[in-house]
Parts: sequence; C-alpha cells; structure tokens
Amino acid sequence: MTKFQELIAKNQVAHLRQRKLVNAVMLSLTGLMTLLALVPLFWIVGYVIYRGGHTINLAFFTQLPRPLGVTGGGVLHSIEGTIVLTVLSCLFAIPPGVLAAFYAARNPNTPLGIVLRFSTDVLAGVPSVVMGLFVYTLIVVPMKHFSGLAGGVALAILMLPTIIRTTEEMLKLVPHTLREGSLGLGAPEWKTSLSVMFPAALNGIITGFFLAIARATGETAPLLFTALGNDNFNVGLIVKGGVQAHQDVFTILGRIINQPVDSLPLTLWKYAQQPYPERVEQSWGVALVLMIFVLLIEIFARLWIESRKRRLQG
Amino acid sequence: MKIASISSSRSTLDVSLKRATRHGDILWSGLVIVMSLVVVALVLYIGWMLWQQSAEARAKLGWAFVLPTGESTWDPANSVFQAWAFIYGTLITSVFAIILAVPISIGISIFLAELCPEQLRLPLNWMIELLAAIPSVVYGLWGIFVFLPKVVVPIGDGLGALFGDVPALSQVFTGPIPQSGASRLAAAMILTIMIIPTITAITRDVLLAIPNTQREAAMGMGATRWEMIWQVLLPYGLSGILGAVILGLGRALGETMAVTMVIGNSLESSGSLLKPGYTMASLLANEFAEAASTLHTSAMIEIGLTLFVITLILNIIARFLVWQVARRTPQEARA
Repeated sequence: MTKFQELIAKNQVAHLRQRKLVNAVMLSLTGLMTLLALVPLFWIVGYVIYRGGHTINLAFFTQLPRPLGVTGGGVLHSIEGTIVLTVLSCLFAIPPGVLAAFYAARNPNTPLGIVLRFSTDVLAGVPSVVMGLFVYTLIVVPMKHFSGLAGGVALAILMLPTIIRTTEEMLKLVPHTLREGSLGLGAPEWKTSLSVMFPAALNGIITGFFLAIARATGETAPLLFTALGNDNFNVGLIVKGGVQAHQDVFTILGRIINQPVDSLPLTLWKYAQQPYPERVEQSWGVALVLMIFVLLIEIFARLWIESRKRRLQG
Repeated sequence: MKIASISSSRSTLDVSLKRATRHGDILWSGLVIVMSLVVVALVLYIGWMLWQQSAEARAKLGWAFVLPTGESTWDPANSVFQAWAFIYGTLITSVFAIILAVPISIGISIFLAELCPEQLRLPLNWMIELLAAIPSVVYGLWGIFVFLPKVVVPIGDGLGALFGDVPALSQVFTGPIPQSGASRLAAAMILTIMIIPTITAITRDVLLAIPNTQREAAMGMGATRWEMIWQVLLPYGLSGILGAVILGLGRALGETMAVTMVIGNSLESSGSLLKPGYTMASLLANEFAEAASTLHTSAMIEIGLTLFVITLILNIIARFLVWQVARRTPQEARA
C-alpha cells in the first residue's frame, strides 16, 4: 500500500466516523425535540390540576357568582350557558353536516363533491374570531342585541368541518357489501343510507359529534361579540318566571336563547384579567373543568375511533 | 267494488308518486345536494358579508388603511384608523413562531414516522395532538401566570443582551422585556407550542406516505439513517412539508385568545419583539364589542376581512401542496 492510499484509507475511516457521529447526534436530537414538545403539555395539565384543584368544591358548580370582593360563589351561570350554547350549536350543525357528509362520501369526485371538500377545508382554516364577526353581522346586527342564539350559530359553523369530515370518514368505512346487499334487495337509496349505512356508522359518527363539541366548548373568540357573556344568566329563574306567568314552552325557550349568555371559556377570560385574587383563583377552577372535559372527550373519542377502524379494516 | 276502486286509485297515485320520485330517491338526493350547497355557500357568504360590512371603511380609509406606515394611529375618538401596527404585530409573532416551530415539528415527525418504537408511536402521537386540544384560554391563563415569568422573561433578557447591540438585529431585539413578560416574544412562543401539533401531524403523514422503495434504495447505497432522512425523504416530501408549514402559519395568524392574553395589547411604536404589541385578532377581541362608531366597527370588520383573505389564500396554497404529494406518491410507487 502506498503512502497515498494509506492516507485515503485513513481519511475514509475518519469520514465514516464523522457520518456516523452526525447520524447519532441528529437522530437523538429528534427524540429530544419530541420530549421538548411534551414538556408544555405536562406542565399545563399538571399546573392547572394543582391550582384548580384548590378552588373546586360543590358551590363552584351550584352557585351563581357572588359580588366582587366576596369570596365563595360559583360559576353555575356559565355552566348553564355552556350547555345552552352546546345544545344550540348541535341543533344547527349536525343535520346539515351529516347530510353533506352523505353526499361527500357517495360522490367524492363530482364537481360539487370536490368543491364541498375544499369548502370544508377552508372553513376549518378560517380563524374563529372571524366567524364571530360574521355571525355578528348576520344575527346580532339585525336582532340589535347579543344572544345565546348568535353564540350557538357561531359555534355551529366552527363544528361543521369536524362533523362533516368524521361522518364522511365513518361512512366510507362501512363495508360496500352492506350497501350493495340493501340495494340488491330493492331498497331505495335513501332507505339504504338511513337504515343501513347510518346505523352501521352511527357510533363513529357520534364520536365525531363529541370531538366537535369538545372543540367548540373550548372556543372563546367567536363568542366575544355574539354571546357576549352575562353574569346574571339563570335558567332556573327564567323557567320559574315563565311558569308563573303561564307562558308556553316555546316562549320560555325563546327567552333563554334570546339573551346574552356566558360560557366557561368566556368566564375564564374575564376572570383572569381582573385584579381580584379570588376571581383569578376561580379562573383556575374554570380552566380545570374545561380542560378535563375537553381532554377526556378527546381521549375517549380517539380510543373509540381507533378501535373501530381496526375492526372494520380487519 | 267501490272500496276496491278507491284503493286501486289510491295505489295508482301512490305508484305514480313513487315513480316520479324514484321511490323517494330524488327527494333524498335533492336534500343531500342542498345541504352540501349550503356548506359551500356559507364560505362564500362569510367572505361577501365581511366585504359588504366593511364598505364604509374601505370607502373612507382607502388602501392606506392596510399599507405600512411609519407610526400608525388608531384613534376611534377622532376616527383616525391605520391598521399597520396590528398587521405588523400579527406578522412578526406568526413568523417568529414558525421559525421556532418548524425545526421542532420536523424533528418530532421524523422521530414519530421513522425512529419511534412501535409501542410508543400511538401514545406519543396522541400526546402531541392533545397539545392542540387544550383550549386557547387555558394556554393564555397558564401563559400569564407561569410561562411568562418562568420562561419568557429569562429568554427575553438573554436575547436582549445578546442581540440588543448587534446593528442589524437591534431593531427586532431592543430590550428590556417588561417585568410581566407580556410581549410579542411571549405571543410568539405560546403560538409555537400551539402550532407544533398542526405542522407535526401533516409532516408525519407526508413522511409515512413516502414509498418504502425510497428508503430501501438510500440504505442500500450505504447511506446512514440520517442521510436517508435528510437527503432522500425530506426532499421527496418537501412540498407537503411546505404545505404543513403554511397551514401552521394560517393557524398562528388567526389565533386570538392566548395571544390577546400575553401580548400586552399596547400600540408601541417600537417594532421590537421584546416589547408589548397588538395583533389583528387581539384588537378584534378587545375592542369590537365596544366599538365607538360605525366607522370604527367597519374598520375592524375590514381587519377581519384581511385576516379571512390571508388565511384563505394560505389554505388554498397549503391544500394544493399537500394534495400534490398525496397524488404523486401512489403513481411513483407503482412505477
């Protein structure tokens, strides 16, 4: 071996070593990045549980807020408001969402199918605060007041993309043989869709609803100028007053959705900015309730969808 | 006899109705199509409504409203509105968040798609995605009381000391950061955490969609694992990864609550990252419900329109890029 060749061989060994070193360093960096991203998750979840755990008691869920400076009281008004908003948004989002998903699942390649999928994607990307603006101009301006109804519509628009996408995905997972069997027995398309496809996919579709609800529950921005917030919201009082005045059910329901309502994230936002320590303390409690609700739905829904996919795909 | 004829006439009516609607299928497909059109129309209607409602501001304020100005004024009392300060705030926080989030997200998705042991993959995927599920007000609350004092202030001090005197960078890193930590840097760092799941999920899917032949060829040539990832997989999935980054940017631009809670909401004339600022979304969150005049409302709706148009364009580009990778892959895998 000449000196020259020896040098090259040495150089190659060094080069190989360097390549292996780069490989090891970069690969472990990717693992480190993953750990780094998990730090805020555990930090937030842990800290919120720690701070919020001190605040939560029975009164927190069952009482209205006390006047400023008085400790105690709860956030019943915003729990009720959140329920009202959730029910309204489901009413507005689920029927059109599911029907559109039927179209998207059956006709993915027609012009309308492509435009529909594209619109769903766009809708998912529109900032939620812009949805709030839209609903403000659509409902609050003509009605001349903020209302739970407007808040419900804003959340419904936010939920729509999630509902359409998960429903479409679940319908596509239903085996073709079921569909063909039903059509072959002479059932019309609508009957096949509603009494064969829909029940077969129902559990997954409902899981999708829950995912959409979880996301909508955490949203604040679209409610700021639609539902606005209302410290005195009290469903019990409205119902009692309505019954005493002999009003029918629809009038009472109308009164519930026709006034500004509060929701948990709105309350959190307002309380967090106040200089009163007891309010800040309560905002941690709200954060805990909100976070646990959202994370539990998210985890169970995912577990469920995963197991279903595995079963249907064999 | 009579009864029979009635029933037969009823059944002919029934039959003809059934025929006309193909046993109800025409009604069904009509309903389904109408609902799909409603969803499509909704997107158009959002754009149109914002356009129409911002007419007053567009007529009175013109293009100067959204164009860069040296010192922008936002004075509802005297009806002087210039949006540049908010647009600048949105851009600098989002861009800085992207700069921080992209390397981390790509690292995570490489780990999840290529290196992670099978048993860890699902739980890790979920944990990263749970970051996206935490409500943004909770991020804001945690940000104000924990993240800002513990993390952002030391980093801000460090950045200020490091770059505060460097000529080219001093504009962006003029310190000191406020005691509370409320600053554009804080907003950017919270945004970083919030967009990591978005970028990671799509990048991971792009990497997983790359056919195994590419990996085998690279390894067969003697490449190390990292060389395979860096020189083969990443270039192969580049347009999809770019799409993921743009989608992340879209999310960062529109994020409202967490940013509003940590950015300090002040119209500083300084453009520094270490100073409090304002973004388009945080302006809307703070002022819209208490607008002083119709022009004030209209001007803010125009800001909303700007946000809508920007995110719309970004989404279209991103979807196109991601879709291109998805479309190309199976064909090349077959070849």
